[in-house]
Amino acid sequence: MRRFSGFAVAREAMRAHKGWEKQWDNPELKSSYDVIIIGAGGHGLATAYYLAKEHGITNVAVLEKGWLGGGNTGRNTTIIRSNYLFDESAGLYNHAVKLWEGLSQDLNYNVMFSQRGVMMMAHNVHDVQVFKRHVHANRLNGVDNEWLTPEQAKEYCPPLDISKSARYPVRGAALQRKGGTARHDAVAWGYARAAAARGVHIVQNCEVKGIRRGASGEVTGVETSRGFIGAKKVGVVAAGNTSHVMQMADVQMPLESYPLQALVSEPVKPCFPCVVMSNTVHAYISQSDKGELVIGAGTDQYTSYSQTGGLHVIQHTLDAICEIFPIFSRMKMLRSWGGIVDVTPDRSPIIAQTPVEGLYVNCGWGTGGFKATPGSGHVFAHTIANAAPHKFNEGYTMERFTSGRLIDEAAAAAVSH
Amino acid sequence: MLLIHCPYCAEERPETEFAHAGEAHIERSTQMGELTDEGFANFFFYRDNTKGITYERWRHIHGCGRFFNAARDTVSDKFLVTYKAGEPKPDLSEIDNQTKAGAKS
Ligand SMILES: Cc1cc2nc3c(=O)[nH]c(=O)nc-3n(C[C@H](O)[C@H](O)[C@H](O)COP(=O)(O)OP(=O)(O)OC[C@H]3O[C@@H](n4cnc5c(N)ncnc54)[C@H](O)[C@@H]3O)c2cc1C
Repeated sequence: MRRFSGFAVAREAMRAHKGWEKQWDNPELKSSYDVIIIGAGGHGLATAYYLAKEHGITNVAVLEKGWLGGGNTGRNTTIIRSNYLFDESAGLYNHAVKLWEGLSQDLNYNVMFSQRGVMMMAHNVHDVQVFKRHVHANRLNGVDNEWLTPEQAKEYCPPLDISKSARYPVRGAALQRKGGTARHDAVAWGYARAAAARGVHIVQNCEVKGIRRGASGEVTGVETSRGFIGAKKVGVVAAGNTSHVMQMADVQMPLESYPLQALVSEPVKPCFPCVVMSNTVHAYISQSDKGELVIGAGTDQYTSYSQTGGLHVIQHTLDAICEIFPIFSRMKMLRSWGGIVDVTPDRSPIIAQTPVEGLYVNCGWGTGGFKATPGSGHVFAHTIANAAPHKFNEGYTMERFTSGRLIDEAAAAAVSH
Repeated sequence: MLLIHCPYCAEERPETEFAHAGEAHIERSTQMGELTDEGFANFFFYRDNTKGITYERWRHIHGCGRFFNAARDTVSDKFLVTYKAGEPKPDLSEIDNQTKAGAKS
């Protein structure tokens, strides 16, 4: 693989850009691999990359039923933050933020990670108390987070309306300056390119339809739309489809899949400097480098695999956005879409071994896993390579729902992205 | 937005009148105290999360206020049938998708 560099850009400019290579190969499928990863979203591709890079396991295939990054990785609003409440979350999400900080260099691919700050607004006394508690808990864990007065919040994000008469008055905000956004497609492409360069096979249009088990119940491979492929270890990283895939190995999951929608406006000049989230009125917004406002809605109330949601859900979000930022009330929305998110009862992920030997699962990221992509892939690769968890995912087992040791970010935040 | 047929009101109404209430036909043990940890986890946390036809509870919260059940295809979001709480799972092979359900999406 030829590296990207300033020199390469200059060189190609001199020869009509004819020297750029394919980013990754379309390899011939082998009859078996050491590890098969099901799902070429960011988490699956990152897992394959770190298996190759950190653990020297390169005989790996990533199987994707559609196109690479076409799942939630290509559908999310790209908010990155690590200001969750509990110690386990601090470890895992901060691990991810640290990896984000060096990711473009590591992958030799510009993922456009932008630490523009994530500001979570408090509209009432309850919000103020909850966010201050988060700020204190985060600081004890070495996670960046600070409390802002309404005036400080407005200084950081000038379009904010902090007048006392506002429908949703701003009573302060929690700001994580290290938070921000990254370009979602580039994350999938960058990991795919870097993994392929180390020998990983990335196979698109290859749906897994069954998981084959041996005499003692261990995994022996997967049935796919392109035939049987053998594997000693299989990692399921299928987001909204996880329950369905795990059923192929007769494993029931503590998951429910819901539609989650987002939308973007027409592009405008830079006018919005950071990410703003409001859990209480359920709206979050940022501006992409292309100029579009990127707006996320809440989940629909029913389980679904349809990748569409109800119009009233996004309308509700736009109502809230227009109340908080009256300057956007005349913006036109260009596109809206839905993804299917796999939600656990405590809103924390499962990154673990399963009761089936050789079968591993990384799921339950629900509405907020993009931010964790590098950390998730990193600890999951460790878990698969060593058949034991990394210190940052020790608590993220399935057994926690039996033992009661939940990582209850659901109760802590009510909303998460 | 879904259109949902309430079997009590015998009317099809917009989804905003209803609250989804999770998977149906999950039985609560009459002896909760004796349930094992696994039994409790299964009852409380584990779900089929079916891709295809699921049985689920809805509540007509801005109507008659009552809970009822529905069979719905989670891939197309189409309702096959809705039925009153306490009634057994309907035999779907007998249901003609369009006519009997009275509930379309
Ligand atoms: C609208 C929306 C907004 C969001 N906003 C944010 C946000 O702001 N910040 C944040 O941190 N997170 C956000 N998220 C969540 C985030 O997108 C996900 O948690 C994350 O991208 C999950 O990555 P993944 O790689 O696990 O899943 P995916 O990218 O969905 O990848 C899973 C892949 O598995 C494939 N697959 C499934 N079944 C099979 C099969 N049988 N065989 C082969 N392949 C299969 C799918 O096609 C898919 O490509 C948002 C999600 C949505 C939908």
